[in-house]
Amino acid sequence: MNTVTLTVKNTPELFLECENVNPDAFAGKKAADIAKLGAFQGKEITTLGDYFTIAGEAGATAADTKIVINGDCTKMKYIGAKMNAGEVIVNSTCDMYTGSWMSGGKLLVKGNVHSFCGLAMKGGEFTIEGNAGNYLGAAYRGDWRGMSGGVLRVKGNAGSDVGTFMIGGEMIIEGDVDIHLGTHMEGGRIIVKGNANRRVGGQVVKGEIYIFGKINVMMPGYKQVGEVSLDVDGTKAKFAEYIGDIGERHPKRKGETVYGKLYMKQ
Amino acid sequence: MSEFIIKNGHVFDPVQGIKGDKKDIAVKDGKIIESVSSGARVINAAGKTVMAGALEIHAHVAGPKVNAGRWYRPEDKHFDSHKKPGMTRIEGGKSIPTVFKTGYEYARMGFTFAMEAAMPPLYARHVHEEIHDTPIIDEAALPVFGNNWFILEYLKNHEVENTAAYIAWVLRQTKGYGIKCVNPGGTEAWAWGLNCLTIHDPVPYFEITPAEIIKGLIEANEYLGLPHSMHLHQNDLGNPGNYKTTIDSLKLAEGMTAKNNFGREQVLHSTHIQFHSYGGTNWGDFESKAKEVMDYVNKQKNLTIDTGNVTLDETTTMTADGPFEHHLHGLNHLKWFNVDVELETAAGIVPFIYDPSNAVFCSQWAVGLEIPLYAKDPMRCFITTDHPNAGPFTRYPRVYSWLMSKKVRDELLNGFKKAAKVIGATTLANIDREITLYELAAMTRAGPAKALGLMKDYGGLKAGMNADIAIYNINPDKFPSTGPEIEKAFANVAYLFKDGKICVEEGKVMDMGHKKTFWVDAKVKENKQVAHDVKEKFLRYYSINENNYSVPESYAPHQHIIAVDATQ
Ligand SMILES: [Zn+2]
Ligand SMILES: [Zn+2]
Repeated sequence: MNTVTLTVKNTPELFLECENVNPDAFAGKKAADIAKLGAFQGKEITTLGDYFTIAGEAGATAADTKIVINGDCTKMKYIGAKMNAGEVIVNSTCDMYTGSWMSGGKLLVKGNVHSFCGLAMKGGEFTIEGNAGNYLGAAYRGDWRGMSGGVLRVKGNAGSDVGTFMIGGEMIIEGDVDIHLGTHMEGGRIIVKGNANRRVGGQVVKGEIYIFGKINVMMPGYKQVGEVSLDVDGTKAKFAEYIGDIGERHPKRKGETVYGKLYMKQ
Repeated sequence: MSEFIIKNGHVFDPVQGIKGDKKDIAVKDGKIIESVSSGARVINAAGKTVMAGALEIHAHVAGPKVNAGRWYRPEDKHFDSHKKPGMTRIEGGKSIPTVFKTGYEYARMGFTFAMEAAMPPLYARHVHEEIHDTPIIDEAALPVFGNNWFILEYLKNHEVENTAAYIAWVLRQTKGYGIKCVNPGGTEAWAWGLNCLTIHDPVPYFEITPAEIIKGLIEANEYLGLPHSMHLHQNDLGNPGNYKTTIDSLKLAEGMTAKNNFGREQVLHSTHIQFHSYGGTNWGDFESKAKEVMDYVNKQKNLTIDTGNVTLDETTTMTADGPFEHHLHGLNHLKWFNVDVELETAAGIVPFIYDPSNAVFCSQWAVGLEIPLYAKDPMRCFITTDHPNAGPFTRYPRVYSWLMSKKVRDELLNGFKKAAKVIGATTLANIDREITLYELAAMTRAGPAKALGLMKDYGGLKAGMNADIAIYNINPDKFPSTGPEIEKAFANVAYLFKDGKICVEEGKVMDMGHKKTFWVDAKVKENKQVAHDVKEKFLRYYSINENNYSVPESYAPHQHIIAVDATQ
């Protein structure tokens, strides 16, 4: 695997749209070619070379390409977005849309990420060592197709509206989450190792939510149906099992209604 | 203005019966003329196809419903918003493009006119604001009447003269072009939680049937002598077995003749007929009845139709057929927008994915192609996608490729996941016909121009007509053999002339033109009854004052008014 190292040399005045900072766009290119890849700053088309010093060369394919980014990426959007393979390591905090629509490969952010990251993620591994903002792993604004595959792990906390319209895959938040967790979920699973604020699982059709800590205020559309022993992301414990959201439409399978599931660690 | 001479192109013009012969076209001062001076700029069209600018007869491209689609579907433009180099603005949106993209894309495909198919009279100002902002192409809009309280009350007593006087008043207030009728009676019934699925289902409270509304509106249209005919979106859209209602509705026009000074021959235009040509009793035994519907249409010279081709894309459905949108939302559970427009109409919007792995959607695709392939008279059958309902209008080049090449459409048909089921439910596989360039010119130029009452200036290349000319990189002697090649040629004109100016060159927009808004001013005898009713309804029911209803000229500063006189 070849490594390309990007070091921030100029901070953008507005925000830089780094749609081309991913192994798919870099594959088969030398540093000089990578420097010529486009990047919007507002309505102006600039190049990656205007903002980064680029060292090394990419592998022949995305899968053979690893990108390491050093310097302050707080004003960089779309890093690793739409990546299909390969690896990206960002030694910084990043702005919005980081890792959104990714379908494969590994993306590691060593700082925090802003909102709308991991949107509609389809596959691969996306790890955030710091905190995540709002709408993590959700659907794009207006869309009804949220995260559908892959593993998204946040070592810190996440904001509100996490996992909205999630339809598959696994999301683990090791810290706390704010309001509106898993709204409109129709598949997949969300594990929160800390506490959740209000409105967990509103309008959930299908899917699973696990809360290790407390829910500030429970939704009225959930009903306890029993207690189960489970191994969740390496933790063996007893969980209270709820079904919901009772007020939402639910599909039937083999004559039985399929509900969303909420598990509260005892 | 400059002079041009378009030399050596293969000209296709049904107006003059020219079928691909090499002919020079002379242009001066915005018009096609017999000959130009030696100083005229020469456009070399050797090995290219030359046609008049195309006319869109039915699309939803401007107004509150379209805009509601735009704001409630930001996802429609997230991956499809580009700034292309040159003078154009950012082009946002796929199934519900911005007004700018709408103008550019029609022009790039060789269109010079588009009809907004459903204008709610109360929100006509919004429609005109968007039309005004849409560059290059001329436009007009059809106000909707099929569920309007005035109309329902007048036609219940068969008061055709009052109906006509009221329509004339609305056309003037809204700067409208003609009479649109969507799901007659059904949309009003929807306000009562009901629908009208046959032409004999009574409308609650008003006690009138769709049949009476359709007939009455045709009579009012001919009483006024409007350039276009009554334009109908029929009852029971999109349901298996609806073809019977479709033929029943078309039969209402039997014995009626067009009365107008515009050369229009039809009394009824039935839109997006693909959605109305279904047999079977449910989606399991669903089958195409395109043949049956077209056999009837072919016989009846006083009818025109447009297709409503499904393009197998993710799109946005939007119609004044409120109950139908609610029905769709129940099928796909996607977000539903619904609005009631006071005394006049309603509208609904639902995103829709015509997934090519689904047998029903593929069958709808096939039905849409069967319709024009069964059409005997290309001057009465026009290509549409009922944009954006069956697909975005930007897919016309692809639709043409399916119609013009059996190989291209059969490859798609045989490659469907549910190919056997689709082939069993439709007749497309047995059709060998390929639409010719000459027939295409009739279906997209001369035909719609005649049906819209615009044949004096639009749809042909005869001296005296508007210099609206599309030149395509298509050599008829070496017609492209693959779908992508055909598509590329129709999607990017070599040149588009609008009113004698080059607005597009090799797919690139060069000039924003001087677009015009068409509307019809119909003069009728003074009608005290209608004047009284308008006043009363505004006082009693409307949420706005009558004085705030009309569309001032400032909303359509580049208006082109067609006057008709119905006082004789
Ligand atoms: Zn319609
Ligand atoms: Zn329509």
